[in-house]
Amino acid sequence: MNFASLPVLSAGFWAAAAMIAAVVLSSTAGEVLTAAAMKSVGDLDEIRAHSGLKGAIVAVLTCPLFFAGVFFMAVAFFALLFTLNHLNLGLAGPATASLTVITNALAAKLFLKENVDRRRWTAAVLICIGVYFLAH
Amino acid sequence: MAHQKLSLYQTSILILVAVCSPLGNTCLSKGMTSLPELTLAHPLALFAAAFTPWVALGIALLIGFFACYLTALSWADLSYVMLATAWGNVVVELLARFYLHEAVSYQRWLGVVLITLGVGLVAPGPPRTIQTAFNDSAPLVEKGAPQ
Repeated sequence: MNFASLPVLSAGFWAAAAMIAAVVLSSTAGEVLTAAAMKSVGDLDEIRAHSGLKGAIVAVLTCPLFFAGVFFMAVAFFALLFTLNHLNLGLAGPATASLTVITNALAAKLFLKENVDRRRWTAAVLICIGVYFLAH
Repeated sequence: MAHQKLSLYQTSILILVAVCSPLGNTCLSKGMTSLPELTLAHPLALFAAAFTPWVALGIALLIGFFACYLTALSWADLSYVMLATAWGNVVVELLARFYLHEAVSYQRWLGVVLITLGVGLVAPGPPRTIQTAFNDSAPLVEKGAPQ
């Protein structure tokens, strides 16, 4: 399916947009949940210094948020496979890769309460456009 | 342990995050395309593919990426790690141009420049702006504080 040739109001346009949105949102959910898990676990280097590598692995594997993050990453992977089965790689690749940069920054600010200041937003926009050019 | 400035060790972890993922994917791609076509009718062939040199190297690099990524997220913001490690895309382009001698279009060079600018903007900033369970001191950067 060539996204560029689709009329904006056609069903095909919205189907393509929904598939890309599914990949982007599930990927973002996975990243944010994983980041939240690691923040709740604490500095892995300190844990490893006190309890060794085994202690660090146990700390990660006993955090439910970590498995929720991995689950959504797996959903994003299969959603991408499904999307690639219906859309051109030239569209799905750049669109998902570049939009994920922006949604991750937004989700980090909203859900993780990170201080995404003007400098980070400018970097996110530059990298989003750069990734689009690279992947296109 | 939260730092305003990254230590050499933490910088090394971020470089590994940036490099291991694209290199791992490249190794997987090289390994899988060199194999005969795989079908679900022969699932053991897919299992055996994991033990071919390029695919095994790709898997090892991706496991290394995930371990470094989790480590980085334990002392840095998601928005910092994600942006600072976007530089890995540039590494792949540079490898394609100077190691594989592939032609890289002006559009892709523009992408390299934009990503480099973006990473250059975010990398010198503070890696962590919020408190964690193990960090009971004040946040490094108060919400809304001027940067």
